[in-house]
Amino acid sequence: MNALETVGLEKRFGGIVPTNDVNLKVREGARHALIGPNGAGKTTLINLLTGVLKPSKGRVKLGGTDITTLSPHRRVSLGMARTFQINQLFGDLSPLEAITLVIGEREKLGTRFWRTFGSDEKLVAEAVALAKQFGLADVLEERTSSLPYGKQRQLEIALAIAGKPRVLLLDEPAAGVPEAERHEILETVAALPKDVTVLLIEHDMDIVFGFADRISVLVDGKLFVEGEPKEIENDPRVRAVYLGERTDD
Amino acid sequence: MNTVNTVQQAVAALKQKRAWHWLEYLFWLGAAASVFLLPSQHALLTQIAIWSLFAISLDLLLGYAGIVSLGHAAYFGFGAYVAALFAINFYGEPVTGLLVAGIAAGLLGLVTSLLVLRGTDLTRLMVTLGIALVMYEIANQMSWLTGGADGLTGMPVNPVLGFFPIYFMAANAYAYVLAVCFVLFFVAKRIVHSPFGYSLRAIKGNPLRASSIGIPNNRRLIAVYTIAAAYAGIAGALLAQTTPVVSLTYIDFQRSADVLLMLIIGGTGYLYGGIIGSALFLVAQKFIGNVTPQYWEFWIGFALVVIALFARDRGVFSIYERISGALRSRKAKP
Repeated sequence: MNALETVGLEKRFGGIVPTNDVNLKVREGARHALIGPNGAGKTTLINLLTGVLKPSKGRVKLGGTDITTLSPHRRVSLGMARTFQINQLFGDLSPLEAITLVIGEREKLGTRFWRTFGSDEKLVAEAVALAKQFGLADVLEERTSSLPYGKQRQLEIALAIAGKPRVLLLDEPAAGVPEAERHEILETVAALPKDVTVLLIEHDMDIVFGFADRISVLVDGKLFVEGEPKEIENDPRVRAVYLGERTDD
Repeated sequence: MNTVNTVQQAVAALKQKRAWHWLEYLFWLGAAASVFLLPSQHALLTQIAIWSLFAISLDLLLGYAGIVSLGHAAYFGFGAYVAALFAINFYGEPVTGLLVAGIAAGLLGLVTSLLVLRGTDLTRLMVTLGIALVMYEIANQMSWLTGGADGLTGMPVNPVLGFFPIYFMAANAYAYVLAVCFVLFFVAKRIVHSPFGYSLRAIKGNPLRASSIGIPNNRRLIAVYTIAAAYAGIAGALLAQTTPVVSLTYIDFQRSADVLLMLIIGGTGYLYGGIIGSALFLVAQKFIGNVTPQYWEFWIGFALVVIALFARDRGVFSIYERISGALRSRKAKP
C-alpha cells in the first residue's frame, strides 16, 4: 500500500514545466528521500503534494484517496503534514501556545469560542510532552520570534508532528542550522515515530544517506531514477548530476 | 510528579493571559461610577462608549485576524438603519432592536466577507471601502425608506426590557449603553482568548502555516468578520437609539476613517485600544476643537504620524508597556 502517490503529475508555468509527468510512490512507513540539484522542481512538487499549488495535469493520492482537488487544510485533516525549508512559525505565540493550537485543531476543537484556550489539560499535557521531546521544554513560554534559530527549527518540526500525521513531508529540515546544532535536528528526524511515513526533501547527501531507505532523484522536473540508497550512491548518472553539488558539501 | 507539575504550570500560564488585571477591574468600576459621578458629561461618555464598541469590533478584525478595513461604517450604518426601521415599523424595545440590528449586520458581514477575504491587504482596503461607498449610496438613493439626506426621524424608543426608560434621559441612556458595551466586551474577551481566537492569531501571524496545520483559514475569517459586523451593527443601533436622527453620516467614509484612527491611536490586539483610543479622540476633539477646529486637525494628524512611526501595534498602550517594563527591570536589579 502506498501512503502517498502521484500519477502523471504535471505543473506548467507558461513554457516552464517544473513538474513533468512525475509518478512518485511512497510506501507506508517508508523513510523516502527526494533529492535533486537546485532547480530540479523539489519545492514545486511539495507544493503540489500539499495543495498549495494545483497541478496542470495528473493526480495526487493519500493512502489511496484522491486528494488532487482538496485544499491544504483538508489534506491535513486526512493525515498529511509538512515542514518548510524556511521557518513558517507563529512569531507572536509561544511554543507552548503554538503546539497546543495544533493539537486542538487536530482534535477538531478549534472552533470552540467560549472555552479558554489552554484550559483543556489533556491537550496541554500532550503539548508539554511533545515540547520536551523536541528540546523545547526550557523555552515553552518564550515568544517564538525571540528563540534561537536551532530551537525555531525544532519547533518547525514539532508543529508538524503535533498534528499526528500519517505522512510527513520534511523540506530540508537542517537548512540553515549551524554545524554545532545540526546533530540535534538529525536526532529529531531519526527519532520520528516509525508509523509515520516520511518524505524527506533534501539537498545534503549525508543526511539523505543516513536516513533514507528509498531515494528518488528529481532532475529538470522529471523523476530521473529511484532505488535503494546503495543503488543511488553507485549510479553513475546520479553522480554525474551531482558532481558539481557534492563538492560544496 | 514533576511532569504533572509542569503541565499544571503550563495550563496556568496559558490561562493567566485571560485573567483580569486589577487595572481592568478599576477601569470598569470607574466607568460604572461615572454614571453617578459625571452627570454633566453623560452625552460625551455615551459617545465614547458607542465609538469604543465600534472600535472593539474593528479590533476583532484588525488586531486579531489581521483584516484591514476602511469601510467598517457600512455595518455600523446598516445596523443603525435596521434598528430605526424596526422600531418605527414593528417594535420599539431597544434590546430587541439591538438583536435585530446585530443579526442583520452580521448577515451583511457574512455575505460581504466573501468579497473582502479575497486578495491581500490593499485589495481588502479597496473592497471594504467600496462596500461602504455602495451602502452609503443605497441609503442615499432609497430616501423613501431611509429619509436619504434628510435623515430618518421619529424612531420610538420604549423603555429597555419594558421597565428602564432611556428616551431623553441622559443618565439612563448612558447606563444602558455602558451595560451593552460591557457585556459585548466580555464576550469579545472570551472569544479572543478561546481556541477560535488563537486560530485567528495564527492566521494573522502566518496564514501559510495556519493552513498547513489544518486551520480552514477562510472559514475562520468569515466567522470573525461576521461577528465583527454584528458588533458594528449593534454599535450603530445604540447610536440610533440615543440620538434623535439616523443620517447618512452613520455610514459615511469619515466614520470608517475615524474608527480606524481611534483604534490605531489606542493600539490593536488587546481590546482596550479601541476604548482608550476613542476616549482620547473624542475628549481631545471636544476640548481642542472648542478652541479652534484647525488645531484639532493638526493635533490628530500629528498624533497619527507619531503613533504610526513609533507605536504602530499597541498605540498609546506601548507607552504604558515601556514604562512598566522599565520599572520591572529596575526592580529586578539587586
